[in-house]
Amino acid sequence: MTPNDLSILSLYSAMAVYALAFIAFAIDLAKRQASKDATPIPAEATGEVSNRRSSADGGSTITSTRLSARIANDAVAPWGRSPSLRVGVSLTVLAWVLHLAADVLRGVAAGRVPWANMYEFAMTGTLVIVTVFLVVLTRVDLRFLGTFVVGMVLVLLGVATLNYYVDVVPLPPALQSVWLIIHVFVATLATGFFALGFALSVVQLLQSRREGLVAGVREMRLRMLATLPSSTTLENLAYRVSIVGFILWTFTLMAGAIWAERAWGRYWGWDTKEVWTFIIWTVYAGYIHARATRGWRGSRSAWLAIIGFAAVIFNFTIVNVFFKGLHAYSGL
Amino acid sequence: MSRPSDHYDSRPPAAESGITQPALGFGGWLRWFWRQLTSMRTALFLLLLLAIAAVPGSLVPQRSSDPNGVTQYFADNPDLAPALDTIQAFDVYSSAWFSAIYLLLFVSLVGCVIPRTLHHARALRAQPPKTPARLSRLAGFTTRQAPAGTDAATASESARKLLKAAGYRVTLFSRGDEHSVSAERGYLRETGNLVFHSALVGILVTVGFGSGFGFSGQRVLVEGQTFVNTLLAYDSFNPGRFFDDTTLDPYKLALEDFDVTYETKNVKAFGQPVDFTADVTVTHRGEGATPGEVKVNAPLRTGGTDVYLLGNGYAPTVTVKDPRGNVVFTDSIPFLPQDPNLTSLGVIKVPDGLAEQVGMIGFFYPTQAAGDTGAYFSSHPGLEYPVLTLRVYAGDLGLNDGVPTSVYALDTDKMTPLTGGDTGVDALELMPGQTGDLPGGMGTVTFDRADPDAADDDFSGSVARFASFDIHHDPTQGWVLLFAVLIMLGLLTSLFIPRRRVWVKALPQTDGSLRMEYAGLARGEDPALEAAIAAIADKHAAAVSGPAPLVPASQQI
Ligand code: HEM
Repeated sequence: MTPNDLSILSLYSAMAVYALAFIAFAIDLAKRQASKDATPIPAEATGEVSNRRSSADGGSTITSTRLSARIANDAVAPWGRSPSLRVGVSLTVLAWVLHLAADVLRGVAAGRVPWANMYEFAMTGTLVIVTVFLVVLTRVDLRFLGTFVVGMVLVLLGVATLNYYVDVVPLPPALQSVWLIIHVFVATLATGFFALGFALSVVQLLQSRREGLVAGVREMRLRMLATLPSSTTLENLAYRVSIVGFILWTFTLMAGAIWAERAWGRYWGWDTKEVWTFIIWTVYAGYIHARATRGWRGSRSAWLAIIGFAAVIFNFTIVNVFFKGLHAYSGL
Repeated sequence: MSRPSDHYDSRPPAAESGITQPALGFGGWLRWFWRQLTSMRTALFLLLLLAIAAVPGSLVPQRSSDPNGVTQYFADNPDLAPALDTIQAFDVYSSAWFSAIYLLLFVSLVGCVIPRTLHHARALRAQPPKTPARLSRLAGFTTRQAPAGTDAATASESARKLLKAAGYRVTLFSRGDEHSVSAERGYLRETGNLVFHSALVGILVTVGFGSGFGFSGQRVLVEGQTFVNTLLAYDSFNPGRFFDDTTLDPYKLALEDFDVTYETKNVKAFGQPVDFTADVTVTHRGEGATPGEVKVNAPLRTGGTDVYLLGNGYAPTVTVKDPRGNVVFTDSIPFLPQDPNLTSLGVIKVPDGLAEQVGMIGFFYPTQAAGDTGAYFSSHPGLEYPVLTLRVYAGDLGLNDGVPTSVYALDTDKMTPLTGGDTGVDALELMPGQTGDLPGGMGTVTFDRADPDAADDDFSGSVARFASFDIHHDPTQGWVLLFAVLIMLGLLTSLFIPRRRVWVKALPQTDGSLRMEYAGLARGEDPALEAAIAAIADKHAAAVSGPAPLVPASQQI
């Protein structure tokens, strides 16, 4: 068996284990949904009045920072005893190890960094997403995002192995540069953070809808949301993750410009890939501004984080495969 | 005003009702307009608009990056293309509408940054604000109790020292027997933010004006040829608006050798190029020749210019003789590659010396192979079985019309085909070293070997290669890089340095003990505020009631 065969085997094993982890995380969500405890307790009783107030009204800084410090689960109906969560995390770690092995073996097989075509980029990118998720887990309990993160990684890996697979081939001269290592890796890392910010923003939107309903209607279909942190906490988390992504993306853009100067003789030429990198950067700059603009905090800014991540995915898939440009590195 | 009025952290507008206001004068309107332009909402709106406006340029080919694509688009969409052209869809990034958006954005940015810079300069010298009367409503509020007999002034002095050592700017306040410290830190956050935004303006200005001071030019060199860095030697030359071509440093650049390495081990990538190296020599005026190298990701920087390797291909050497054997034409002609296996297309024009002007359209196959239909193609980019085919035309080459003609195209409108088609004569087909007859006894064509001494069946060096170089000069690149670094540093400080106020208050209690209150206020995102205040409280309480004897404050000052 060649290292590349081993890499493929390891990747398929990782996907199988991710699938199991996905099931475990989904079971946890289902239990939350079914749980009687998840019925919201009246706000006054928990002293969470201020939390629940949508920050879209420009709520005072004091409130939001007090919450952001309490990054611990400030759910209405706290939920921390699910064994399926622990199983999910353990399986994710196992799958991550296999995934890492697959990635390293691919690098060994190719004799270079394993991110030089779309297949490799997807494999490394998803590895980074899971890594970021696991690292963040050591500091903040975001296990409730497991279904989402693992699910997304599974879909991306599925698409990559089915549609993007290419054999190991040597690097064309255009890609032989240290900037391939730096620029592409940092872009991948940024994507990992954006992905997490995206997931948190989606949950934030759902949560803030629930919070809007709580006062009037007692019933809400997504009862599991009551076991998740308040929308303000989610918003602060999403923001913190996304700004890390933004800084990395800024660096990606600059490193790309430096590379473009060396390879093509100009640092910026509005090539399609450059255009989309710029668009993504601008959308996230908009997101950061929205967070600082009265009337735009809360749900509106969350939509910008979601649009930003959609643009990241668009840039990686559609732009790479269908748009014409100098960045012809998909390997397809 | 420090921040735009609709910044979430500024005071909400004091019930300012625009409707019932008396009519604004011209100055009033101007001020209103300026306030709108420099508001957060406008900045946000313009940023998002800029993102949207950038999209069409990725959907439609752009003249700046893909001129051939534009030509093709016009051919494919004859109705749509002119309409799109009127709205500058092929020049999006220099279009009036795109420029309008980013210029407005930058006016807004400047209008926003200047007052903030002034305000920040003042804030840097100002004292922290007075301690609020009630701390209990502020973030991270916590209290500690000091044993009876602890002096309030001493306690607040010790808090002052502690906060100062932690990098806070501090002021002491006292009201009655209540003593307090007001402290603030993190001014660097705002500094970083201002550096960031100013550097953005810096980039825009440098890019906007800077490109005017440089040039870019292209030159194709066949192995063995030399180029002198002067205006006339360029195949094409695009000077910036302010560029003075007398400043060109006339160094000589010779292409000695062009090496290509193909993958030969990995069957899945057999024939894929893995390395291009142009070995050159550079000769500066009054100096000896120095060897150099240009590779795809490694430009050669010399004589104030950057030399990039952008393309390469084969340049077959062709010699044409008249029927008496006199050479009427001999040259190495760059053939343009048409596919990854370097099937290449080139044009040979022989204007003088033959009975008529002769033009030839040539296909060069480095490794010739024939398909099922008999059509030739190249099966490998290296020189394994090189074949040159030539279709010959006679007539008017159109060189004397005064209209510039491309060396890569042959206009056959006024020419008669002598081979192929209905002529019944096959196209010429030559391997390196072979000679063929032109139709009608007009003369002969020889495909010269580039390595006359090599063995007959070793073709590896039989055809010369050419390299196309882009030669650039951009004096502003260093500035752009500097601003980029400032952007990065500004961003890091402004997003990660917390700006916060902290207050410590010492309140003597009726029982003689001392109640100490701590609280803070975040200015911007500050997730660690509470933890920081708790840490300060613990440290301070330990210092106040710790074993070390307390020195009365009066003796300290
Ligand atoms: C070229 C357009 C602009 C870009 C790319 C941009 C980008 C950014 C970025 C990335 C940040 C976050 C980093 C930091 O705090 O330094 C930021 C913050 C900020 N920007 Fe801009 N900006 C632009 C224009 C403007 C304009 C026109 C204004 C004024 C209306 C403005 C006001 C601010 C303010 C007040 C903050 C701080 C937000 C906070 O308090 O968290 N920006 N900007």
